[in-house]
Amino acid sequence: MSRPALSALLARDIRLALRLGGGGAIAVAFFVLAVVLIPLGVGREPQTLARIAAGVIWISALLAVLLSLDRLFQADHEDGTLEQLMLAPVALEQVVLAKALAHWLTTGLPMTVVAPLLGLMLQLPAAALPALTAALALGTPALSLLGAVGAAVTVGVRRGGLLLSILVLPLYIPTLIFGARAAENAVLALDPWPALGLTAALTLFAAAFAPFAAAFALRINAR
Amino acid sequence: MLASRAGLAYLPDMSIWRYANPAEFMRLTSHLLAPLWVAAGALMAVALGWGLFATPDDYQQGSTVKILFIHVPAAMLAINTYAVMALASVIGLIRRHHVSFLVAKAAAPVGAAFTAVALITGAVWGQPMWGTWWVWDARLTAVLVMFFFYLGYIALWETVEDTEKAYDLSAVVCLVGVVFAFLSRYAVNFWATLHQGASLSLAEGQRMDDAFRLPLYLSMAAFYALFAALLVMRARTEIRRRRARALRLEAVPA
Repeated sequence: MSRPALSALLARDIRLALRLGGGGAIAVAFFVLAVVLIPLGVGREPQTLARIAAGVIWISALLAVLLSLDRLFQADHEDGTLEQLMLAPVALEQVVLAKALAHWLTTGLPMTVVAPLLGLMLQLPAAALPALTAALALGTPALSLLGAVGAAVTVGVRRGGLLLSILVLPLYIPTLIFGARAAENAVLALDPWPALGLTAALTLFAAAFAPFAAAFALRINAR
Repeated sequence: MLASRAGLAYLPDMSIWRYANPAEFMRLTSHLLAPLWVAAGALMAVALGWGLFATPDDYQQGSTVKILFIHVPAAMLAINTYAVMALASVIGLIRRHHVSFLVAKAAAPVGAAFTAVALITGAVWGQPMWGTWWVWDARLTAVLVMFFFYLGYIALWETVEDTEKAYDLSAVVCLVGVVFAFLSRYAVNFWATLHQGASLSLAEGQRMDDAFRLPLYLSMAAFYALFAALLVMRARTEIRRRRARALRLEAVPA
């Protein structure tokens, strides 16, 4: 019962995100734009850019994910779909996991794909590009999952957008630290594996607990 | 059998949960509040008087070292207040007591204030000692992150209009915050140790002279008493505010 239902939900969320006004492409465009603005602000010295490239790309990814989080539950809450999903014979935790996965596939994954290009534009040494890409691939799912908790807490709240950002950004700190460190270590010719491992650990941890916290918050907001 | 049943019947009366009843809580704390304030005031006067005026100058740091009598207890409470909030949130979630949620709510601004005091006194002390107001040291950064967790928690209470929802949502945010405050603490260690081999903070396990240690313990006790007094006072305010709101709703003509 539940697996076709969940894959249907996944396909629906992906389709909605890719359609015009769905926000998936806009989040990625924001990500690229934010990174491109950096050289205009800090100057175009290659050494400076190479030094900050990994951090800039990670922070831009963080903000792009943050801005797209309202897509997770807000529209479904407004048109009543969320209530239907809660009544469906599927665990709400699984619904959250499926929606977070769809969110990642339409924001985190495309950002990971364009990141090497942005790395090159920011003069990141080619040797550091695999580490940057791997860190984003391993770390951005955690951003979607943790974001789901914040989105679930703020779903029924009026003017919840600002609250969402102040709740979620502190949760992103560990992911930012480990994720950005992986690529930076590669730039400094240090071993990127410990940071990559810890980034992956954060994603696994988020996958294990975030669906429960988010589903709990959704149930509270549905009362 | 009879004895155990009698024991059970007697238990709820002895139990601490009796004070989860707002009326009982108010009755108990109305007797506690004045002694707590007196204890906090007296301890604070003695501890800070001793610490600031009656201790010798440090042979390296001169008189600037004396800020530790404010900085160290404030930093302790910055962390422990969050623990109090987490505990109150867990109890609130499990036992559905209004008082528990309201205690957590009441503790948050106090904890944020202690965190701010710890950060500011740290900067004031760091300026002459390290030559800079701020360094991105692991400890400093972790405390700053802590401050943002307090802000998020307070912002949630400010934003959510439905009080019943705010109880549970704030508890979720508080507990997720505990986990991530810990994670951030270790992540920040990982990050800072890579950047600066020698930490500038006071070495752990460094022996402190008794001349400093005793007034420091005393000022810790003073800060705990102050925290208890503020917490009880603010929790009483929250309970009264809730009651006033209920009365106002009742008074509205149908």
